[in-house]
Amino acid sequence: MAETATIPFVEDPTRAPPPVGNQAGAVRICDTTGLPVCTTAQTFIRLNAVMAVVHLLVGGVAALLLVLTRWPAVHLLPADWFYRVLTAHGLNMLIFWIIFMEIGILYFACTTPLNSRLYSKGVAVVSFALMLVGALMVNAMIWTGRSDVLMTSYVPLRAHPAFYLGIILFAVGTLVGVFNFFATLYIAKRDRTYDGSVPLVTFGATAAAIIAVVALLHGAAVYIPAFLWSIDVIQNVDPVAYRVVWWGLGHQSQQINVCAMVSVWYLMGSLTVGSKPLNQAVCRGAFVLYILFINIASAHHLLVDPAVSAGWKIWNTSYAMYLAVLASMIHGFTVPASVEVALRRQGHNRGLFGWLAAAPWRNPGFSGMALSVAIFGFIGGITGVTLGTEQINILAHNTLRIPGHFHATVVGGTSLAFMALSYYVVPLIFQRDYVMPKLARVQPWLFGIGIVLLSFGMSFAGSYGVPRRHWDIEFTGTQLPASFDASVHFWFGVMGIGGILAFTGLLTYILLTVITVFFGEKNEGRPMRAW
Amino acid sequence: MAIHVPPKDWFKAPAGFERVWIGLALVWCLVMFLAMPWWHFKGRQNSTGEAYKVEIPAFAERVNRFVSTYKVGEEAGIPVVQPPPGGEAYLQASMWRWHPILKLKAGQTYRIHMSSTDLQHGFSLQPMNMNFQVLPGYDHVITLTPTAPGTYPILCNEFCGIGHHMMTGRIVVE
Repeated sequence: MAETATIPFVEDPTRAPPPVGNQAGAVRICDTTGLPVCTTAQTFIRLNAVMAVVHLLVGGVAALLLVLTRWPAVHLLPADWFYRVLTAHGLNMLIFWIIFMEIGILYFACTTPLNSRLYSKGVAVVSFALMLVGALMVNAMIWTGRSDVLMTSYVPLRAHPAFYLGIILFAVGTLVGVFNFFATLYIAKRDRTYDGSVPLVTFGATAAAIIAVVALLHGAAVYIPAFLWSIDVIQNVDPVAYRVVWWGLGHQSQQINVCAMVSVWYLMGSLTVGSKPLNQAVCRGAFVLYILFINIASAHHLLVDPAVSAGWKIWNTSYAMYLAVLASMIHGFTVPASVEVALRRQGHNRGLFGWLAAAPWRNPGFSGMALSVAIFGFIGGITGVTLGTEQINILAHNTLRIPGHFHATVVGGTSLAFMALSYYVVPLIFQRDYVMPKLARVQPWLFGIGIVLLSFGMSFAGSYGVPRRHWDIEFTGTQLPASFDASVHFWFGVMGIGGILAFTGLLTYILLTVITVFFGEKNEGRPMRAW
Repeated sequence: MAIHVPPKDWFKAPAGFERVWIGLALVWCLVMFLAMPWWHFKGRQNSTGEAYKVEIPAFAERVNRFVSTYKVGEEAGIPVVQPPPGGEAYLQASMWRWHPILKLKAGQTYRIHMSSTDLQHGFSLQPMNMNFQVLPGYDHVITLTPTAPGTYPILCNEFCGIGHHMMTGRIVVE
């Protein structure tokens, strides 16, 4: 039998035994970590994770088709299908894959670390059902060609009413799930299932949940009027108001991702090398910065918009945005630093970087997390701050530089962190050991390197003015000619190769995970197999 | 551990390298915070966001009057219009064309009024890559001084339906 995992923190003798939980029988003790798992929460973590991966597959196939269309050497899809698939890609990836996963993370973060049960099974059922129905409605409207409006659905571009209604249902379902999270925090506190402050992972998840509530209220404020307008109840939705409020949703929802991702970084540090935060106050303070300053920072999406004043733009992007950026700078330091301290404590002290060489790079949970930190920080963060600067934004607005940036944050960062998380969620929550561990070791690298190339290709092509969301950069048959510097073809090639690599990595992840969930070796009664 | 309840005395001021890093990051944030507004006024490269609410037919009427007054030619069926140097100029976005072709003089400052008659559009001037949002119901005024003679294509970079990628226009500077 293969070597089983020892999670480094289990042997910590200084840790006091946890107070009694409130799970009343609906609990099992994890055979690997010794932590309590609420079985109701476990069911819904599984359900949400499965739906997340299903939507990841839909969005992933769409991604491949898009890459192969935008790459002029291939130019696969016809124009109508390009915009349709682009709409599907944005919503399935950015909303359905990530938010299903995040609800799973919230259910974990409020139960196991707090030794609590989930507040309500019924509420979890309602949340899951609403989200699923919403996601199905949106997908049905897109794939039948009745809502070719792209992810932003900027008015007066008009989608089928069921498209807006689907998004509203999904958002309400999410809010219901977030309510279940807060209610669980409350009963855990009330029942004294833990002693002292909540763990950092729970704190980060709480930050994500708070931002989610604010973001979803913005969502209600745009999608409800848009829905009413689509059924002719109201005459007109103002395009400026729509954009300002939509980005209160659109940008903040990315900050839910960031909070969830950073919480996952800390969690994976603990699970893979036994790291602990150097200074809890610093880490928590950084989460608070996200909550306080990310909302108005969404002004950087409107830097070249009419009817919002330069003063409003400058204040919200320079003052508010940099305080949110500061938070990421702090996490970008504390996560690697806590890993370094943990590895040095285990005796890996040779030279400045001996600890780095000794890190468990063969563990996809660790390598995925480390790549996520590096890609999010160095590529996503730097491009983000650059593009959010007024003077540079005028050169970059709606060019391919923008997706070049956010594929580094939300794909190379968040999605990769969630993949890394799966390499522990599946063994610990689904209680099955991964099949083909050698392939799993390669997966984060394949995906990460692919995304880096994709991001570079998009960013550099965009710096020559190539628009995002555009079917034909050759401008075949236009009334007036237009063209770009010939070197954009090279960058499209980089993007294309990166996209194919990343899709291969994504498909590997999905196949490994799905096969494991159904056919992987059960590990009930023993610790998970070591990576 | 990040997953365990922290020790009771977790609230501590940052120390050591962590403190140095936070200090450096904060200083850098402050530099950025000052640099952006400073260059907004000093560099004078950014729009102030000047815009006016306008009824779509009223704007279209102003565009028609502008075109008929200053039209100097036609290309590919699109009127070429030369506004008075230093004056007002109009550019109308609609599915899927930029109307009309503008002919400007280098070194003269123009106020260019941009609006849309239908959906949201994205003004993208190439190859210098200058981008603005154009919305229906809003007259977005860009104050602009062309410096180099040449022919500059305009693209649309906001999705506006199935013909979005066919939407091109032109500014000629002489």
